[in-house]
Amino acid sequence: METKKCQVLVIGAGPGGYVAAIRAGQLGLSTIIVEGEKAGGTCLIRGCIPSKAMIHAAHRFHDLAKHAKKDGHMGISIPGPAELNMADLVGWKENIVTRLNKGVEHLLKNAGAELIIGWAEFQDAKTVKIGEGKDAIIVQADHVILANGSVPIELPFMPYDEHVISSREALSLETLPKHVAIVGGGYIGLELGITFRMLGSEVTVVEAMDSVLPIFDKEIRRPLEISIKKQKIKTHLGVFAKGTEATKDGRVQLNFIDKNEKDEKKMQNIVVDKVLVTVGRKPNSASLAPTGVALDERGFVKVNDRCETNMKGVYAIGDVCDSGEMLAHVASFQGEMVAEIIAGKKRAYDPVAVPAIVFTEPEIVSVGLTPEEAEAAGHPVIIGKFPLGANGRALTQEAEKSAGFIRVCAREDDHRILGIQGVGTHISELVGEWTLALEMGALLEDIAGTIHAHPTMTEMTHEAVLATLGHAIHSA
Amino acid sequence: MGTFAFKMPDIGEGVVEGEVVEWMVAVGDVVKEDDPILSVMTDKATVEIPSPVDGKVTKVIGEAGDILPVGVVCIEFEVEGSGNASASEQAPAKTEAAPAKEEAKPAPAPTPAPVAAPAPAPVAAAPVARAAGTKALASPAVRQRAREANISLDHVAGSGPAGRISHADLDAHIAGGASGASRSAPVGGRARVELNGTETMKVIGLRRKIADSMIASYSTIPHFSYFEEVDVTALEELRQHLNATRPEGAPKLTYLPFIMQALVKALAERPECNALYDDEANVVTRHEAVNLGIATQTDRGLFVPVVKHVEAMDIWQSASEMGRVTSATRDGKAGVEDLTGSTFTITSLGRLGGLGATPIINKPEVGILGVHNAKDRAVVRNGAVVIRRMMNLSSSWDHRVVDGHDGATLVQLVKTYLENPATIFM
Repeated sequence: METKKCQVLVIGAGPGGYVAAIRAGQLGLSTIIVEGEKAGGTCLIRGCIPSKAMIHAAHRFHDLAKHAKKDGHMGISIPGPAELNMADLVGWKENIVTRLNKGVEHLLKNAGAELIIGWAEFQDAKTVKIGEGKDAIIVQADHVILANGSVPIELPFMPYDEHVISSREALSLETLPKHVAIVGGGYIGLELGITFRMLGSEVTVVEAMDSVLPIFDKEIRRPLEISIKKQKIKTHLGVFAKGTEATKDGRVQLNFIDKNEKDEKKMQNIVVDKVLVTVGRKPNSASLAPTGVALDERGFVKVNDRCETNMKGVYAIGDVCDSGEMLAHVASFQGEMVAEIIAGKKRAYDPVAVPAIVFTEPEIVSVGLTPEEAEAAGHPVIIGKFPLGANGRALTQEAEKSAGFIRVCAREDDHRILGIQGVGTHISELVGEWTLALEMGALLEDIAGTIHAHPTMTEMTHEAVLATLGHAIHSA
Repeated sequence: MGTFAFKMPDIGEGVVEGEVVEWMVAVGDVVKEDDPILSVMTDKATVEIPSPVDGKVTKVIGEAGDILPVGVVCIEFEVEGSGNASASEQAPAKTEAAPAKEEAKPAPAPTPAPVAAPAPAPVAAAPVARAAGTKALASPAVRQRAREANISLDHVAGSGPAGRISHADLDAHIAGGASGASRSAPVGGRARVELNGTETMKVIGLRRKIADSMIASYSTIPHFSYFEEVDVTALEELRQHLNATRPEGAPKLTYLPFIMQALVKALAERPECNALYDDEANVVTRHEAVNLGIATQTDRGLFVPVVKHVEAMDIWQSASEMGRVTSATRDGKAGVEDLTGSTFTITSLGRLGGLGATPIINKPEVGILGVHNAKDRAVVRNGAVVIRRMMNLSSSWDHRVVDGHDGATLVQLVKTYLENPATIFM
C-alpha cells in the first residue's frame, strides 16, 4: 500500500474538478485528482458533448430528408432518402468523446496534476483510499476539492433497466428505438426527444407540469412549443408517470395518469421501445459521510461564496454543492476559483449573470433577469425585441423558420441591461456577447454604440437593443 | 387648456417640510413630465422633485431659502386638457395645506440626487448616481480588484454612466476618495486696481443648518478649551512601519486611526467625557460605545460622518471605516445612518495645521478633540535640544458637566497613549 501526500486533492475529473486540478497545478500546488471513470465527467463523457454531437447528426439527417423529396430543396436533391446506422453514429460520437477525454488527461499532465483512476473512499475529510489490498493508494491532502458531480434521478417506481433508461444510456443506443417515451419535459428530455425525433423515432413526452420547459417564460417557450407540434412530438402535460410494465412482444408499457385524477381506472398508457427518464439530476454526495461536510436537505454540500464547506480546507464545487446552477460552466468557474483561493488569492463566486442554453430546435438562451423577474425585483423595466425573420444572416441559413426572436430587458431610468433572452435556430452562440454585456455593466447605449458585423446574427442583438431604446432600424 | 397645481410631495421618513435649494424652472418654461423642477433640502437629504406633467410653468411659489410644508401648492402648470385645479382654487395660491383629495394623479416619487450647488441645466453632466437599491455596476476585473483590496463597491463612487465604477474610480477611492480638482487661481501680472463689487450669498440649505447648530452649541454650552502637545516620534516610526508592511489592500494609516484607538482607551477611563447631555431634561447619558464623529469638509460644507463602535475595531478597521464614511460623505452618498449617532467628535485640521484652535462642541456631545499636524520641532530632552516630531491637540469641553480636571485628564491620557504607542494595543 502506497501513501501519497499532496497540497490539493480533487475528487472527480468533470468540468469542475479537472479545471480545478489544472489551475492548482499551474499555481504550483502539488495536486492529485481522482476519477472513478474517465476524465471529463458527465459533461464530456455522457452529457453536454455527446448530446451535442448527436443533436448535430440528427439535424444533418433531418435536413437531408428535405433534399430527398421530389424536387429537392434549395436546388439540391439527392436520389433517395439518407440512411441511418445508429451504431456508426454512436461510434462517431465516441470518437469525439475520446479525443476530448485524452485532451483533458494531457492538460492535467501538462499542468503537473496527477490523475488517478479509481474510486476514492474517504477515510476522513482529508484522506482517501483508492483501490483495495496491496495495490491500494492512500492520499493525504492539505486541501480537498469535492467535485463529485451529479447523477440522474431515478424514479423509485420505475428503476432503470433494459427499457427504462437515463440520458446516459440514451446517448449510446446501438439501435434507434421506434418509439421513445420521455418522462420529464425539461431541457435534457427535450434535447434528446427532439434528437430522436429528427433521427426518425416516434417521440412522446410525459410531463407533470402544465407546460414543457416550465422554467422559461411563456413568450420564450412559444416558438419551441410550436416547433414540437410541427415535428409531431406528442406531449401529455399535467400527468404523472406511474410505472412501466414489460409487454409480451418485448416492448414496454408506460402508465400515466392526469395529476388531478384520483381514480386509478382512468390510467392511460402507451407502449414504446424505450422509456427515457429525465426528471432531473441529484448531487452525487452519498459517499461523503466520512468527510463530515454538511449537506442540505436535498443532499447538496453546503458552501459559502468561496465554495468552502463547514470543514476547514474542504471545498465543494459544481453540481455537488449548493452554490450556483447545475451547469458545467458554473463548475469550471468555481473550480478555477477554488484553486486560486487555496493558492492564497482572494476570490468569490459573484457572477452578475450565468448563461443558460437549451439545445432544442429552436434553441433557447437566457442570461440575467427576465422581464418578469426584473419587475419582481423592483426594477423599472423597458423591453425590446427583434425577430430572426428580419435578420439577413438568419434567412440565409434558414434559422428564421422557427419564428425565433431576441428580447432585451433593461432599466428604464439608467438603461443598464438586466437580462437578454432569445429563442431560435443557431441562436446559442450569441450568448457570449450578452453575458459579457451584463458582466461589464453595459448600458443599452454601449451595445447600440458597438458596430456589429454584417452579415451575422449578432446584428440582432444590436437591433433588439435599439428596439429597447425605441428606434430599431430593421423592424417596423 | 387647464391648470395643474402641484403640491409639495411627501418626501418620506416623516419629513414635514423642505427648504427650497433651487428652482430649476422659471415661469414661462415648458417642461416635460419627469424633468427635474425643484431641489429641496430636508433634515436628511437634498432631493430633486420631478415635474408631474408636461406643461408650461405659470407660477412658482417660494424661492431659494423658503420653507415649503408638505402638501402646499408649490408650482402651477398650464397643461393640455382640464388640469386639476379649479379657477377659484388657483387664484390665491396661499401657502397653506390644500386638501389632499384634489390630486389628479399621484405625485411622482422624488429621486434623491447629490445636488452640486447651482447646477445650470439638468443635463447628464454631473456623475450619475447609481439607481437606489441596485447593485454596484462594475466589470469583473474591477470587482476582483476591489475584493483583493477589501473594498465594498457599494461605497465607491462611480463616474461612469449609471454610476458604473471604473478602474480609475477605484484608484481614486483607494487613494483616499475625494476628487480634489486644483482650485488655485492663476496669478498673472495683472495691474492692481481697486475693486468695489460685492456678492450677496443667501445663507440657506446646509450653510443655514450649520449656522443653526453652531448657535445652538455656542449659545448654550459654556466651552472651556485645553491644549497640549504630544511627542509622536515613536508613533511616527510605528506608523511608517505599519504602512510599509501593511497587508495587501489595507488602507494607508494616517495619525487619525491611532488617535481613534487611543481615545477608545482614554474614554473608557473617563466615561464622563463620552456622553450626551440632554440639557432640557437635565440628563447626561454616558455611552459604552465609542462612536466617533469625524468632522469632514465637503464641497457642500461641513458634515460629521460617524465611525460607529470604534471600540470593537482594530486599527485597520478604524482606518477603512473612517475612509468609507468620509468618502461617502464627500460623494454625497452618506445615508442618515452614517451621519448620526456620534458620542464624541474629532476635528482634524490636517494640513492646515495651526498651533491651536477652540473647536465648538457637536451638541449634545460634551467634548471635542482637535488634531493639528505633526511637524519636527526643537524640544528639550535631558537638558539638550533635540528634534522630535510634535503634534498639538486642542480640546473643548462642556463645562456644565465636564470639570476642567476631567477634560484635562482625558487629553493627558490620550497624550500618554500616543507617546507610548505600544500601550494603545495592550
